[in-house]
Amino acid sequence: MNATEITTQITNIANILNIDKWDFGASFSNDYSVQVDRGAAKQLKASQKNVVTLRVWNKENLVGITTTSDLSETGIKKALKQANIASEFGNKNEFTNFSPLAKAPIQVKEVDKKNPSGIKKLLKILREAESKLLDSHDAIKSIPYNGLSESFYERIYANSEGAFRNYSKSQAALYLYARAEEKNKKPRSSGSVKLGYGVDEIDIDSCIKEASKKTIAHLDYSSIKTGKYLVCLSPEAFLTLINAFSSIFNARSIIDGVSLSNKNSIGELISVPALNIFDDGLNEKNISSAPFDGEGTPTKKLSLIYQGKLENFLHSESTAKIFNTNPTGHAGLGSKVSVSPDWLVVERSNACSNLDIKLDHTNYEGEFVYVEELNAIHAGVRASQGSFSLPFEGWLYKNGKRCSIESATVAGDIKYLLRNIINIEDEEELTTSGISPHLWINELSITGDE
Amino acid sequence: MAFTNIKSCEIKFGECNKQLLEDVIFYGISLGADFVELFIENSDNSSVLAEEDFITSVSPSFGKGAGIRIFKDKRDGFVSTNDLSKEGLMRSISQAIEMLDITAKNNNLKFNGLNKIKDYSSSKIDWFRDVPTINEVSEKLLLSTKSLKKDKKVVVRKGSYSRNWQEVIIASSDGTYAADIRLHQTVGLNVIANDAQYKSNGSRRFGSHGIPNEFRLWDHEKAANEVYESSMKMLYADYVQAGQMPVVLANKFGGVIFHEACGHLLETTQIERGTTPFSDKLNEKIAHESVTAIDEGISEGSFGSLSIDDEGMEPEKSILIKDGILKKFISDRAGELRTGHKRTGSGRRQNYSFAAASRMRNTYIAKGQYTKEELINSISEGLYCKSMGGGSVGATGQFNFAVEEGYLIKNGKLTKPVKGATLIGDAKEVMPKISMCGNDLELAPGFCGSVSGSVNVTVGQPHIKVDSITVGGR
Repeated sequence: MNATEITTQITNIANILNIDKWDFGASFSNDYSVQVDRGAAKQLKASQKNVVTLRVWNKENLVGITTTSDLSETGIKKALKQANIASEFGNKNEFTNFSPLAKAPIQVKEVDKKNPSGIKKLLKILREAESKLLDSHDAIKSIPYNGLSESFYERIYANSEGAFRNYSKSQAALYLYARAEEKNKKPRSSGSVKLGYGVDEIDIDSCIKEASKKTIAHLDYSSIKTGKYLVCLSPEAFLTLINAFSSIFNARSIIDGVSLSNKNSIGELISVPALNIFDDGLNEKNISSAPFDGEGTPTKKLSLIYQGKLENFLHSESTAKIFNTNPTGHAGLGSKVSVSPDWLVVERSNACSNLDIKLDHTNYEGEFVYVEELNAIHAGVRASQGSFSLPFEGWLYKNGKRCSIESATVAGDIKYLLRNIINIEDEEELTTSGISPHLWINELSITGDE
Repeated sequence: MAFTNIKSCEIKFGECNKQLLEDVIFYGISLGADFVELFIENSDNSSVLAEEDFITSVSPSFGKGAGIRIFKDKRDGFVSTNDLSKEGLMRSISQAIEMLDITAKNNNLKFNGLNKIKDYSSSKIDWFRDVPTINEVSEKLLLSTKSLKKDKKVVVRKGSYSRNWQEVIIASSDGTYAADIRLHQTVGLNVIANDAQYKSNGSRRFGSHGIPNEFRLWDHEKAANEVYESSMKMLYADYVQAGQMPVVLANKFGGVIFHEACGHLLETTQIERGTTPFSDKLNEKIAHESVTAIDEGISEGSFGSLSIDDEGMEPEKSILIKDGILKKFISDRAGELRTGHKRTGSGRRQNYSFAAASRMRNTYIAKGQYTKEELINSISEGLYCKSMGGGSVGATGQFNFAVEEGYLIKNGKLTKPVKGATLIGDAKEVMPKISMCGNDLELAPGFCGSVSGSVNVTVGQPHIKVDSITVGGR
């Protein structure tokens, strides 16, 4: 089934059922993935999945929704009927409509859609990568978490007022997490993830080198004394934190009372003036970019924090209506439409005169903790309270030398953190979740074994 | 057996599909597979969300699909599809065969057809009729959020319900042929309290398996009181001071420590990966002698209970640790094949799009002899973790989990509430430090995410004392 066929099918069945107002989002995907274990194929996986989420409006303009993977005529009929029944329970407190931008032009990135490489090729590449990583250091004994996958998918949005848009993409991902062990020492683990539009575009060598380098670097470890430290957050760690607290920018969260912001927060200084944060789903380096969101609204670049001030919120159709603005292209189709960021870009603003630019993670000789990667976000972040307490992988730097930290947590408050950024390094780095430079924070709590 | 001609027909739930399933399995074996397994699923789910005094979301969803797994030697290939036609299933078999690069039909295996169906579903078919209607659910959820409206400080009130109905057919080339129906219901309450700069959260989740009437019997007033009280106690709490200290973990969801710290490391999946420190410790002491730990799928109504696992095997009660000695691993078909540990009826998956893996079911530390007070009285300075949040375990066995509601212990007494605590440690080091177990074992439902997706589980324990653990805080 293709985008036109499913749209025609839903249109026809909705007509038969006398359903005048509807929209849907659909996803058709084929995924292939491999895992290996010391040269042997471990699990090879292929999946074909079609999913449609249908919304139906009743005569009272209340909306009901159903999701189904049964795209037969019977399945679609059942889904439309169930959505119609669910509409009786539609939210009378907040009316949802089509996005006013569902027919606005979209910007589709010109990217070649790759063809499937085939499981055999995936397996060959991953075996070689595993072997090279194992050979890279004697202490690396296994690559317990590894995988190479490629996905081919089409996303569709259409509604009963004639909006229709679709795009198709290919995407590939490689992850390698090594486990290193030395006698009388605890095992250490670290890794790397790389994305590309196709398997041939993935930088496999750099994934291997990065996984090896990071894992080996942690072999000599020691515990850290509990206390307050000058902390340097890697680009990945800072983006992880900002994503975890993205309810600050999220209009849905504000309406639901679970955000640290409120409706009047636009214009407030929430960080040091040296910080800019944009949401830029269409950024040319974002492999996962989508030209429109779940409601069909075009994706666009949006300034969230500009020179420290909260500049915009992320909106769906219904939150935008409440805030008297336009949807921003961040909606996820659901009974209650969700809102989330696409891809964050962090940069140093022009208002950066107060930064302590001598703080550079590559050459600073004073004592500081370098947080490379934050873990267990789902357990350690209290987004509605602004607090976090998270295990991390990182190093203690002292006198120009570094030592891996055995097991420790970093804790703090996101508002404190944003207002206590003392340097934003010049160079920005590309990660899988966005772009950011290294950021330095004064006085964060670190808990160690001592 | 003979292979019949491909013709257009499709798996139908509630009907006999034996011939079709046999044809598909025979096709896989005839192409050289050592083992073929089909997992066919029909799901019908719905969820309802109440916020403040309104129903803000009703979400039905349904779907059908098949997970097809083929083994050749110790390798396996897995294909999932929405196409339940005979052609679709055979196409998936061909794809799995190709993935495993099986070219020679040299398995010398004979597929003797499927056994007589073990139908665990027939007695459950009425469950669907007996579950509460959306109207009933909505009314009760609104009563529950109303019950949370006790104070102006309560600024967010939420009640959520979800019902997952799953019909499965499992057929494999060893003759396994079974059908089952699973019904899981879960209801949760959440509040956020706010007073000036102070904020706190409170939440509780309840869940059951196979009890259609459970939601109707749910005491929403009692649940609302618990959640409200928890949020009020934590509202003005100071952040915990970080450090090493003894802790007492409450019963019920306190069992998440065992689940994360040790349970995952006893899954054969972890042995296969080489990520458990316990792989060569069978019949050796890995925990304090006061610890006996169990994983089972048979407690009636418990969230992690099953009539059969997702590979068609009836679940067993597995004593994992007996008086501190490691006795058993949690194993599935692939685990048995690759590690030699016998299957325990623990092959589980979120749905047809995941291959089954060894996963926990109802996992708990057995009760001991002490009262909760005796545990607390034994500590001069430490932390009482009354309510736990989520957690995880990494590739080196290091675990962490959040404390939602905590109190300082001073001179054997509970004192002030504290927030922001995270417990971190290493399974191998912490298990010998569980020195006292209470006599008040209770279970609590939860969701566990891992290699085969999110599955319903129960965690549990009596109150336990850990002599020393790292508490992350400020």
